[in-house]
Amino acid sequence: MAEFVQFLFSGLTVGAVYALVALGFTLIYNASDVINFAQGEFVMLGGMTTVFLGLAGIPLPLAALLAVIFAMAVGLALHRFAIETARGANAVSLIMITIGASIFLRGAAQVFFDKQFHTLPAFFGSEPIRFVGAAILPQSLVVLAGAVVIVVLLWTFIDRTLLGKAVIATAVNRLAARLVGIDTRRIVGFSFAISAAIGAVAGILITPITLTNYDVGTLLALKGFAAAMLGGMGIAAGAVIGGLVLGLLEAFAAGYLSSQYKDAVAFLVILTVLFVMPQGLLGRAKVERV
Amino acid sequence: MLRHTADRIPAVLRRPFVQRLSAIAVIAVIAIVIPAFFPSTYYYRVAALVFVFAIAAIGLNLLMGFAGQVSLGHAGFMGIGAYAVAIGPTHFNIPSWLSFLIGAALSAFVAFIVGRPILRLKGHYLAVATLGFGLLLAIVFVNEARLTGGPDGMLVPRPVLFGWSVRGTETWYWIAAISFVFGAALAANLIDSPTGRALRAIHDSEVAARVLGVDVAKQKLVIFIISAVYASVAGSYLAAFNGHITPDVSGFLRSIELVAMVVLGGIGSIAGSLVGAALLVMLPQVLTFLHDYEQMVLGLVVMGVMIFLRAGIVPSIAAALSRRRA
Amino acid sequence: MMQKYMKIAAASIFAACLAVGSASAQVKIGAILSVTGPASFLGDPEKKTLEMYVADINAKGGVNGKKLELVVYDDGGKPNEALTFAKRLVDEDKITAMVGGSTTGVTLAIIPIFEEAQIPFISLAGAIQIIQPVRKWVFKTPHTDTMACEKIFADLKRRNLTKVALISGTAAFGKSMRDQCVAVAPKAGITVVHEESYGPGDTDMTPQLTNIKGKAGVQAVINTDFGQGPAIVTRNYQQLGIKLPFYQSHGVASKQYINLAGPAAEGVRLPAAALLVADKLSANDKQKPVVEAYKKTYEQKSGQPVSTFGGHAYDGLMILVEAAKRAGSWDKAKVRDEIEKTKGFVGTGGIVNMSPTDHLGLDLTAFRMLEIKKGDWTLVSDSGS
Repeated sequence: MAEFVQFLFSGLTVGAVYALVALGFTLIYNASDVINFAQGEFVMLGGMTTVFLGLAGIPLPLAALLAVIFAMAVGLALHRFAIETARGANAVSLIMITIGASIFLRGAAQVFFDKQFHTLPAFFGSEPIRFVGAAILPQSLVVLAGAVVIVVLLWTFIDRTLLGKAVIATAVNRLAARLVGIDTRRIVGFSFAISAAIGAVAGILITPITLTNYDVGTLLALKGFAAAMLGGMGIAAGAVIGGLVLGLLEAFAAGYLSSQYKDAVAFLVILTVLFVMPQGLLGRAKVERV
Repeated sequence: MLRHTADRIPAVLRRPFVQRLSAIAVIAVIAIVIPAFFPSTYYYRVAALVFVFAIAAIGLNLLMGFAGQVSLGHAGFMGIGAYAVAIGPTHFNIPSWLSFLIGAALSAFVAFIVGRPILRLKGHYLAVATLGFGLLLAIVFVNEARLTGGPDGMLVPRPVLFGWSVRGTETWYWIAAISFVFGAALAANLIDSPTGRALRAIHDSEVAARVLGVDVAKQKLVIFIISAVYASVAGSYLAAFNGHITPDVSGFLRSIELVAMVVLGGIGSIAGSLVGAALLVMLPQVLTFLHDYEQMVLGLVVMGVMIFLRAGIVPSIAAALSRRRA
Repeated sequence: MMQKYMKIAAASIFAACLAVGSASAQVKIGAILSVTGPASFLGDPEKKTLEMYVADINAKGGVNGKKLELVVYDDGGKPNEALTFAKRLVDEDKITAMVGGSTTGVTLAIIPIFEEAQIPFISLAGAIQIIQPVRKWVFKTPHTDTMACEKIFADLKRRNLTKVALISGTAAFGKSMRDQCVAVAPKAGITVVHEESYGPGDTDMTPQLTNIKGKAGVQAVINTDFGQGPAIVTRNYQQLGIKLPFYQSHGVASKQYINLAGPAAEGVRLPAAALLVADKLSANDKQKPVVEAYKKTYEQKSGQPVSTFGGHAYDGLMILVEAAKRAGSWDKAKVRDEIEKTKGFVGTGGIVNMSPTDHLGLDLTAFRMLEIKKGDWTLVSDSGS
């Protein structure tokens, strides 16, 4: 029993991390159909900027806020100077631009920050909460709560605000959206800024658990991307469910099967799910237009 | 991922066969002449690497450009080819040339098995499935240390052909260059075969192709298998050439690098695959003088090419030239 | 048509020409290091160390009347790239000696090139395969994994603990050390009763540790890995309230580990080079002046905590320079012979005594057993428990 609960706790901890990272992919995808391969770098920027501002003597809450603003600025710049300049390029080219951006941001981080690992203090201490013989850190709950809050905000935004509806309209048909008076360029730019902010928040919340360095974004983005696809790309709730499922799979595979092959087990399950449900767990089938 | 590319076939693909073949002939001439300008074997090595990676890129290009399918796991097939020529002679006493063929056959077989379910997926879902597949292979290479040497890798015995030990950077340059020209010609031939035409129909519109009686699933599978064999051959060459192999060859970043070679060079352009491979193999060599700023500049170059040459280097330049002529 | 391809070809040739380094009359020392990528915490301090000390040596007039020129290439941790750079160092830069190879994978890949070119090569990577079998031109400075295992096992025996569980990273360092520990355990009278592993970049190892916790008979736990993994394992260890003695490896090589793991690191033991406890060595310790000087120089100039990885680079460069001085020239064969004759060299990693059959020259005394108390390293005396 204690074992099972511990694996569950581990899965929730790791899953919440993946969920937070996965959430960052949804908005940009919704607005522009682009998978942003630099999303992991936003996560890195959030954590690393907070760490370095903190080292410079700025109180951590303020440092975190500045880090989020900084990441948003980078997101906007990425849109303005790269994505927008390449307007009209196809999706593969746009994705390649985000790959270039991720290489650039990683390169910049190792020059302007450093190559060491860093951490941030846990928000509510590191005394584990014990439950039937298992233990979970308060920070894991913070990350979970963060994921839930972001989902609710995203959902409210998309379903309940005019701006949100404009994002969806832009995604569905950009030309039509423009015809009804939506400034689609601004909408896509906006989605980059918000996605960057989500990534940065994720980076700040998870750093006390995962630690951070200039290179941390690559693997996190990989898992986050897989989680988002598992849940159904573009659906906020799907990102969270995909993240949690992926985390739980890894934890239970490591606990009960083989710690060497836990990642393999996780990806085998993802492949199987996609074969059965080609649009992910929460996705709806789209019909190709001729 | 490819919904937008599906809108139209890249212009390069519409060029007649003869023209495509003449491009390959030009590459062949360059491959023969250029070593005269190499001051040392270091240049042979870089050029050989360009051709080796270009072979893998052509395969992936066939898949991306003609079937409109992306694969983020193609380095996995390079891994199969690479470990085949390493494990075969080391553990099972199978000669290198036979291991090479077994590797290619194994890649084709694996592509055949995973191809059907994977290729049912579309766009990004296909991307993540191939990514997962590549990662699975990489995990196996890392963990089955008794066979593969684990993360530190293993030595690859020198191939021996008819009693002649294949070694030396120059030798490998010629092997890679000749294989590339051969592979490129095969690819050009394929594009103009009935399979190629069917694939282009799929690229334009899967539904329309199906209505016209094209067995879409089968055609996609065929091209997936072919592209896997290209990657496997490149992997075998890389392993035998380097004499040492680590799981790094099949990693996620290598897969991304292959995709980048295809996209930067130009989707659908065979010469583009060579240019893309040349760019990504040579840039890290050229940029060393930048030291800590190397990665930043590399990222900027990738972004810049895509922003200013949207269709990829070769197709964009070709289009610009023909515009000027007209 | 033709024009287009000629243009591309011309551009390629031009780009290739850029790659040629400028010639120089100085002695060139090559270094291929994993300055970026997953092993950057090795390559980064190594590069900084080499740059600092080459500048320092040149300021003092160089060696054998010649100034040193350091040529550093970053392989990103990838053996294929390292091979290309190795070729470049030999063919283009025409180096006299090579210090580098941050990881075992890279070192093993590039050995044939330097063997063939007959250039002295001092590797900075861990695994024993680099010097066993002995290769004429290849040396290394870091302690082997086997020695770390033996040091830990010896400490376990002193505490009358014989049954251990291993938790290792699946990346190169962790895996290689795990293999060595399993191999030498029977000889040391240690039984490995349970094994777990985790991947690079994993963020929670509680499932693996839960399995270790639930395994009957485990008396101590050993974690073989470097990077951020050990810090997370240590935190998870405390989170689960495991009370068994806990050992880390020499992959935990700087103060950073204690900072990252926080209070969870209390009581953790590890084998490490004297460098980590520079200030706590007894005054008559031979290594004290060397490690104190290196620590001071590195921390002052880089602004970062000293790591034993940087120390390996220091040792490699100094062994090379001392050998060249003894040889009285920069003739490659003579320098090689003198490296092999290195005796009583006091480095950050230990006192080096090389021989034709031993291209490492360190024994178990090079390792100190440390325990973390109150957020700092303390020396565990060899006699007590």
